[in-house]
Amino acid sequence: MILNDYLILSTIIFVIGLIGVLRRKNLIMLFFATEIMLNAVNIALAAISKFHGDLTGQMFAFFIIAIAASEVAIGLGLLILWFKRRNSIDLDTLQSMEG
Amino acid sequence: MFEIIAFYLFAFLTIAMFSITVFTKNALYALSSLAAGMIFISAFFFLLEADFLGVVQIIVYTGAVMALYAFGMMFFDSINDVTERIANPKVVFGLTGMIALLIVVIFAAPIIGENVQAYYPVHPTYGNAQDVGLVLFTKYLIPFEVAAVMLLVAMIGGIILAGKKMDVSFTEMDEQEIDNHKSDYEITKDVK
Repeated sequence: MILNDYLILSTIIFVIGLIGVLRRKNLIMLFFATEIMLNAVNIALAAISKFHGDLTGQMFAFFIIAIAASEVAIGLGLLILWFKRRNSIDLDTLQSMEG
Repeated sequence: MFEIIAFYLFAFLTIAMFSITVFTKNALYALSSLAAGMIFISAFFFLLEADFLGVVQIIVYTGAVMALYAFGMMFFDSINDVTERIANPKVVFGLTGMIALLIVVIFAAPIIGENVQAYYPVHPTYGNAQDVGLVLFTKYLIPFEVAAVMLLVAMIGGIILAGKKMDVSFTEMDEQEIDNHKSDYEITKDVK
């Protein structure tokens, strides 16, 4: 297996996540799609780290995992607050100004 | 040979699982297929000899993040199908393709250029966990500490955001008290 195989796989998974971000209207589904994109980037970083013999890629993957974990904690808290107020987590209900 | 079979098997499984996550209408299917996909992704880390990263992936993503999502699901109506109104799908898929192409170019251009130098080379005699620890606690010590503080802030923020009005327990009240409490709550909701 060469580096390009892993990069192509990572791109395919990233595109799946991107399609999810663009077409989902439910906010929790949108969160799932962002998780998919973060994981795709992690695969690419780990592959580059292996094929260039450098550990920096893995370090960045660790920090991405830490950021993803804190994003989920804050995001779910905000989502629960929003659901208590509006009784819906649809993106279309998020607009309060009629423009 | 083994690596090629494993790569294609897990690539197929991961793409299938994530496609289910993105395209299904049921929130619970999306959650469980996302968890499965996360575990399959850790297989790539083991194939790439990033053992520590693979273990962290399983523990953090399928352990912590998925548990958090499953917990969050209890607050939302996850039984019903997710209804979504998509205005014009052609624009969405066109945009996706364009951005994907751009990202491939951005990612591939400097890497394929072959002039990448290893700043922190892998030591063949050490294990992966020891190697990672050595670099993480020398060269990346300050980002590591900042990440720790960030996780603490996120934890406190999550507790404060989600924990509002959780000091009352409906199971310990009788019907009258629950009705009173609910009507109070409705009033405050309308005022807002």
